Amino acid sequence: MTALLALIRKDILLFFGDRRALILTILMPIVLGAFFGYIFGGSPKEDAGKIDVALVMQDDSTIARNIGAALKNDASLNVIELNVDDARQKVLKGKLSAAIVIPTGFGDASIKGLFGAGAKPEIALYYDPSQTAVLQMTKGLLTQHAMQVVTAELAGGETGKKFVADSLAELEAKVASHSENKALRNVLSSVKELQIENSKPALSASAPAASGLTLPFVTRDEAMISGPARYNGYAHSFAGMSVQFILFMGIDAGISLLLARRLGLWNRLLAAPVSLSSILAARAASCTLIAFALLCIIFIVAGLVFEVRITGDLLGFLGVGLCFAIMTATFGLLIAAFGKTPEAARSMAIFATLIMVMLGGAWVPSFIFPQWMQTATLFVPTRWAVDGFDAMTWRGLGIDVALESMIVQIAFALLFGSLAIWKFRREAERI
Amino acid sequence: MSDVILGVNRVSKSFGDRCAVDAVSFQIKRGQTLGLIGPNGAGKSTTVSMICGLLRPDHGEISINGQPVVGGDNTVKKMIGLVPQDLAIYDELSARENLKLFGALYGLKGAVLKTRCDAVLVLVNLEDRAADKPSGFSGGMKRRLNIAAALLHEPQLLILDEPTVGVDPQSRNAIFDSLEILKDRGCSLIYTSHYMEEVERLADQIVVIDHGRVVADESPAMLYQRLPAQAALTVDFSVAPGADIVAAMGLQPGVKCVQMQDHQLKIALAHADHGLGVLQWLVAQGLPPVHYATAKANLEDIFLTLTGRSLRD
Repeated sequence: MTALLALIRKDILLFFGDRRALILTILMPIVLGAFFGYIFGGSPKEDAGKIDVALVMQDDSTIARNIGAALKNDASLNVIELNVDDARQKVLKGKLSAAIVIPTGFGDASIKGLFGAGAKPEIALYYDPSQTAVLQMTKGLLTQHAMQVVTAELAGGETGKKFVADSLAELEAKVASHSENKALRNVLSSVKELQIENSKPALSASAPAASGLTLPFVTRDEAMISGPARYNGYAHSFAGMSVQFILFMGIDAGISLLLARRLGLWNRLLAAPVSLSSILAARAASCTLIAFALLCIIFIVAGLVFEVRITGDLLGFLGVGLCFAIMTATFGLLIAAFGKTPEAARSMAIFATLIMVMLGGAWVPSFIFPQWMQTATLFVPTRWAVDGFDAMTWRGLGIDVALESMIVQIAFALLFGSLAIWKFRREAERI
Repeated sequence: MSDVILGVNRVSKSFGDRCAVDAVSFQIKRGQTLGLIGPNGAGKSTTVSMICGLLRPDHGEISINGQPVVGGDNTVKKMIGLVPQDLAIYDELSARENLKLFGALYGLKGAVLKTRCDAVLVLVNLEDRAADKPSGFSGGMKRRLNIAAALLHEPQLLILDEPTVGVDPQSRNAIFDSLEILKDRGCSLIYTSHYMEEVERLADQIVVIDHGRVVADESPAMLYQRLPAQAALTVDFSVAPGADIVAAMGLQPGVKCVQMQDHQLKIALAHADHGLGVLQWLVAQGLPPVHYATAKANLEDIFLTLTGRSLRD
């Protein structure tokens, strides 16, 4: 028993003796738990993330304007009014989750559509195919607001009055010959009475919706993908996991430099007629090649087994991959430069990588982040890598989008590389 | 061309408040082997690091073949072969791949590189293990490969920083055979070690360093001259000799010191040659020894004499 207790005590002392590991062990679940809790709704008092939606107003009717206003006031939506081309482009590039196009003549047609009279107006709904849940939510909110606005307009609005008056006049002429028109005339007469009641100030604010009415519009859902592309859920997950595990490889590359320094290999290399810059450049180059090769292999497997296709620009895909590989290599150098021991550096680097990967949208798509976080993650290199791969695979976008991702990643690579070289040189000067 | 391949002139290096090397000076002539001895923390490895350009001296100068050693000077680096104390080989690469890497670092390539790899593998007796990875090697074989990596570019000065740490006697002999071949070929060597017998076997000149300072810089023969006693004679008797005999013994020619312990006399001699006279004198006194043994003084004794402490302190 004494031996058992001594062994237990030893393990506890060893565990709590490594302060850095202890802090990370505690910090990691707290940070990750807080992150996921926040993005999945958080506590009741917190604001949930809003869905970014474009609204294209092609109709200037009261009904259209009221629907637009209702959508803008909805706490679940962040509505930006755009023209149809801009809206399509932004959804295509994943900048917005969906776009709602309220067409010309929607106001009049929607009232008629409520009674099944005439063709129902069509609201075009462009959406990001990776966000099907968002599509359903947007459709639900649109339906809710449209029904409220249209029925309210029918119950007391000018459009509704005009529709009822016109329809009654038309029915009066036909009622003698068609018994069913008589029933419809009675309904419309009731609606007209309701309109008269609602025109009184005290009651106009709370008009009840008519029962037995149909949806006053139909939607035309269109997934926003460039060219002949088809959304493949594996494309995003492979992009995310590639980014994560290749970054882990970058960590190993950095740790190997720290181990080399500990084992004397580093001094042996420096004793040879090669400069520090050459050694660092060689490390960065080898790491880049390995990372790029890994990336290619992963996507080849994804293509062969999971039908992930590069429907965008192939050169763009390769460019995004190469720039990500360079960024990974310089990230490894940064770890080697600033890490004090391999053990401590590994813990810190894994923590930093997991945070970067999480914020980069590799685990869960960044669109479900709150708006401020979506903006903040633009300063995280992995966000650009994941978005770049998404753009070149299932989104089917062109080289211009790839270039954005490449430029940002190279900028991060320059930052990481410069910091690492500065630190290495500073240490070299100190000895 | 100067006869001096390495000149170390009043070199000092401090780490914070601690002075690791304090105004150290010595020279090595072409083809000579210098033994650098001292206890742990004496400043040997710091001195070696400065010679290799890995550390910058705070004061003083180091030159190789007349060219100052400045960090990053590839011309000087090409003249040096470094065998570091820690194994500087990649366990995951085969022995030949390791050698190809280090050869390439020194600008070797193609047929020349292959020839040199073959040559050094033969020199360190690893030619039949060239395709194997060092992870499967014994400690001694790894050390030999470590040495081979430093020989590829045929350096003018080979620096071996405790190259036999953790090596079995057989491998140590193999390493020494290789080094003696190099010495015969005219390669200049610096050899740092705790093992005095190793330094004695190789060195033409010995620099004793302690607390960062050079306490002796001489040939082994001259160092032995510094010892008050060059040899020790231990004599066992069946009956313990009296105090008068012990006192008289101290007056015999060549006797430096006498200690009596039970039935045994320990006699320090100025030179081993005096041992025979001492034994004859004892027999003449009617005290024939039942057993006697002589021992020559070694560098350990010299270090003790020079610094007042053991090399392994």
